[in-house]
Order: sequence, then structure tokens, then C-alpha cells
Amino acid sequence: MQNIISIANLSKTYASGFSALKGVDLNIRDGEIFALLGPNGAGKTTLISIVCGLVNASGGSVTAGGHDIVRDYRAARSLIGLVPQELTTDAFETVWATVNLSRGLFGKRRDHAHVEKLLKQLSLWDKKDEKIVTLSGGMKRRLMIAKALSHEPRILFLDEPTAGVDVELRRDMWNIVRELRADGVTVILTTHYIEEAEEMADRIGVINKGELILVEETAALMNKLGKKALTLQLHCPLDAIPDTLSGYALELSADRTELTYTYDTQGQRTGITSLLTDLAAAGIRFRDLHTEQSSLEEIFVSLVSERT
Amino acid sequence: MNLRAVQSIYLYEMHRTWRTLWQSVVSPVISTSLYFVVFGAAIGSRITEIDGISYGAFIVPGLIMLSLLTQSISNASFAIYFPKFVGTIYEVMSAPVSYFEIVLAYVGAAATKSIILGLIILATAHLFVPLHIEHPVWMLVFMVLTAFTFSLFGFIIGIWAGSFEQLQIVPLLIITPLTFLGGSFYSISMLPPLWQKISLVNPVVYLVSGFRWSFFEHSDVGVGISLAMTLAFLAVCLAIVSWMFRTGYRLKT
Ligand SMILES: Nc1ncnc2c1ncn2[C@@H]1O[C@H](COP(=O)(O)OP(=O)(O)OP(=O)(O)O)[C@@H](O)[C@H]1O
Ligand SMILES: [Mg+2]
Repeated sequence: MQNIISIANLSKTYASGFSALKGVDLNIRDGEIFALLGPNGAGKTTLISIVCGLVNASGGSVTAGGHDIVRDYRAARSLIGLVPQELTTDAFETVWATVNLSRGLFGKRRDHAHVEKLLKQLSLWDKKDEKIVTLSGGMKRRLMIAKALSHEPRILFLDEPTAGVDVELRRDMWNIVRELRADGVTVILTTHYIEEAEEMADRIGVINKGELILVEETAALMNKLGKKALTLQLHCPLDAIPDTLSGYALELSADRTELTYTYDTQGQRTGITSLLTDLAAAGIRFRDLHTEQSSLEEIFVSLVSERT
Repeated sequence: MNLRAVQSIYLYEMHRTWRTLWQSVVSPVISTSLYFVVFGAAIGSRITEIDGISYGAFIVPGLIMLSLLTQSISNASFAIYFPKFVGTIYEVMSAPVSYFEIVLAYVGAAATKSIILGLIILATAHLFVPLHIEHPVWMLVFMVLTAFTFSLFGFIIGIWAGSFEQLQIVPLLIITPLTFLGGSFYSISMLPPLWQKISLVNPVVYLVSGFRWSFFEHSDVGVGISLAMTLAFLAVCLAIVSWMFRTGYRLKT
């Protein structure tokens, strides 16, 4: 597959002297959904902002559709739609006016049919004559998407599209992204949630402290990272783990009321069924249980330590 | 050229004006009327004439200049400061639009508004004093030039300003005094010789003088000098704006 965005040795040092990106190399393939995963302050927004022309790079180069984003900015930017992390809208304008403005900014002829289709798709059609102040947060976020899509971009950046968004809207968002992909649009999204990246993306890039730690096919990455912990809250405190259970990687909490079992979700067998059977046989009863995916922080720690 | 983008920003900005049309028209009409009551009727009845022109008529060009300057600056500075402040500027900055086009659209819209305003004030003034304009074409030339130049100046202030206070301070501390001391309501020749000399440092003197010449063929300084000074100030503003955009000053990090 062809690369639609090529980022080479990109670095950014802010005026404060802070180095937000340290020589990032990344190629985005035409038509894929790429998730950029990283904790707060990793440099995700900085990276996107440089590609979209909002921040000047300190070094390196970027091309979009083969056009250099600085020398040939018109051609490059024409391809790109951006939904920024912050909800910023012109509060006193109407939905209709603001989406049409966005289209005009990109030099596209007015096309009411397209804008209408877009607003309907994003369930904003009945709000088209409303002032933006009257919209809810979720509606505003959809409006930002409508604005970004108004000029029919080939590449869409979604900077944390699901932050502060309820479950239903999150589903909608994912559906929109899938539809876009079906239309051949390349989507680059950032997120803090590994589940989200897993569910949506064809490939995942992990960024931390301005460095791209890895880029991998989602399935391959999930294999590496798919560790989960099952925690059992015991009915009565346990003095020690019985010998019959020594075959499992079990840990007893300090107050001896919780047992934790770590397992690999991608494995053929997780061992949960036999563990529960053996627990019952050992006469250990529990009140409650829950499972937990390894957190992003733990993943970073394990990734970083793996590399060094 | 991405003319469609220029047109879109321009119309969007003008649309903002129509939304607040009532304020945009009523307040200048009221303030002009007040100036006429105070300066024209109350004070003017004692001054009678300046160089053969009735005082009421004499102040008309000054009044129009005063609003052209202040309105151009406030329109343009607000137009760019506000999106910068709320963050919507991201959209313009990430669009395939050149800096020249951005300036053209915003400054064009701001200048259009203040020119419309100037014409409204002219019409209002006409209700109070009989007016005959000697050089209507030159009057329009001065009007358009001034509106563009000071909209550009306002645009610079809007980019530079880091807060609403800073947005207000330049017009308040510099432009208003310069306008009032720039012969809007009197002829420079009425001042003592020393103050006449000092006044010539004030750029507004040239604007008002040239503008007044287009009305009455009377001016404090030669009309050619007026025109040259206006163009020079325009060139300075253009230079500053292009530097700002080239370096991304306060727009890009
Ligand atoms: N204008 C700026 N001046 C100085 N430092 C900045 C500026 N913008 C961002 N930074 C710093 O650069 C680093 C990366 O910021 P960035 O916004 O790219 O992170 P992010 O990965 O998007 O984080 P989040 O998940 O919180 O959105 C942060 O440490 C931030 O403090
Ligand atoms: Mg961010």
C-alpha cells in the first residue's frame, strides 16, 4: 500500500526549551485507520498540529499526498481535515453557516447537497439553523467533525475524538470512522485508551515523551500486550495460597483478602475455568471478582524496558 | 489564489456585522448627532467660520476621520483577536489559504464596515449642515485608503494583543489622543507656531487635512504630502503584517 503521509525525523522544541518531539519517523498508509496512542503530554497533539500547519516544526520534514507541508502547503492542506482536541466554535453563528464557511476556506464550491448529507449523517440536520451555543458538548463535537469533513478531505485527523463522550456517541463516532474508511479516507486518531485503538485501528503507533516507541499492526500488538489481571475478593482472609493452587501465577494481597491472577488474553487457554474449579475444590469462596487490562502506563513501562 | 476562501471569510465577517446591524448603525448616528449639538451648535455658534467655512461644516471631515480610524481599528483588531482568543483560528491556519489572502479577507471586511459607517455619518451630517463636496472622488480615495490602512493597523494590534485590555489600550492611549490633537475639530493654523510644528509629527494631521481638502479645497498641509504620508503609513503596516506572518508571530508556536 502507498504512503499518504510521510514524516521524517520530525522534531519540535517549544520556545520554552521543552522538546516535545524527538526525531519522529512515521509513514501512514493510504486508506488505513491509524491510532496514535500515548499518555498526556506524549506529543500527539504537537505531531498533528505540525502536519496540519498549526505549529512550526523545529526539524525534519512531512509530506501529505506527496506534497511538502511547508513548500507546497496549499496542495498538502487541501487533502487534510482536522478535528482538534479542544472544542472551539464560533458560539453565535449557526451550524449551517459555520460548516459552509469551512468548506469555503478550503476553496470548494458551495455544495448544499453535500453539507446536508453530512449534517444528516451526524444527526445535526434538525439543528442546522440553531446557534452553536445552544448545542450540547456531544453535538459540538459532531459539528467539529462535520466542519472537518465539509471539504471532502482524503485524510482526517481526529485528536481524541472520544474524550468526554458518552457510550452512545462513542459508538456513533466509531461507525463514522468505519464509513469513512469504506469511502477510502485515511483516518489518524489519537487516544489514551488501548481498547479504543484495538477496536478501531488497523495499525497502532505508541508515542511517549516525544518518541515513537513502536508502530505495529493492531493484531500483532495486542498479542504482545494482551495481559489481564483477574482479581478475586475473598469471603474470608486466606493465610497462604494452598499448595494445590501453586501451579497458577497467583498473588495474595497484603491484607490477604484478595487474590490476583494474571493471564494472557491472546493465549489458547486463559486457565480461568480450571482456576475457578480448583478454588472451589480448595474450599476458597469469594464475594466478587473483576478483570482489568494492563494500564497504558504499565504497557509503556514494559515496552520501554523491553527495548532497553 | 484561493479566492473562494477570501470570499468565504469576507462574507462570514460581514454576516457578523449584519447580525449586529442595529448597534453598528445606531451608535455612530447618535454620537455624530451629539458632536453636532455640542461642537456645531453650542461652540460653533461662537467660532462662526474657519477660513471661510462654517464651523459646523468644517468639523464634518474630522468627525468622519475620527470614526473611520477608531472603527477600522476596533473592527479589524476584534475580528482577528476573537478567533485567536477562542481558538477558532485553527481552522483558518490549517486551510490552504495564504497569509496575503487571510489579511485581504479580514482587513477588507473591517474596512468595508468602516467605510459604510463613514458614509452613514456623512449622510447624518448632511442633515445638520449644508455640505458641498469639491472632490468626491478624492474624498472616496482618502476614505478607502484610511479605512484599509487603519484596518491593517487594527489587524496588527489584534495579533499582538494577549488580552482584551491590550486590545483596548492602543486605540485608547494613542489613537484617540492623536485624532483629537490632529485637527479634527480645529485648523492647525489656529495653534501657536510651536504647536503647529509639533502637530506635524502627528500622522492623523495629514489624514484629516487631505480629507478636508477633498471637501473644501482647504487644507493645513499640501494634499500631495497628505497622500504620501497615508501611503507611507500603509506601507509600514504592510511590512509589519508580512513580518508577523512570515515568522508566525503570536499565531504559531
Ligand atoms: N505551546 C507550547 N509551549 C510549550 N510547551 C508546549 C506547548 N504545547 C505543548 N507543549 C508541551 O509539549 C508536550 C506535548 O504536548 P502535546 O499537547 O503534544 O501532548 P499530547 O500527547 O497531545 O497530550 P494529551 O494526551 O494530554 O492531549 C507537553 O509536555 C506540553 O506541555
Ligand atoms: Mg493532545
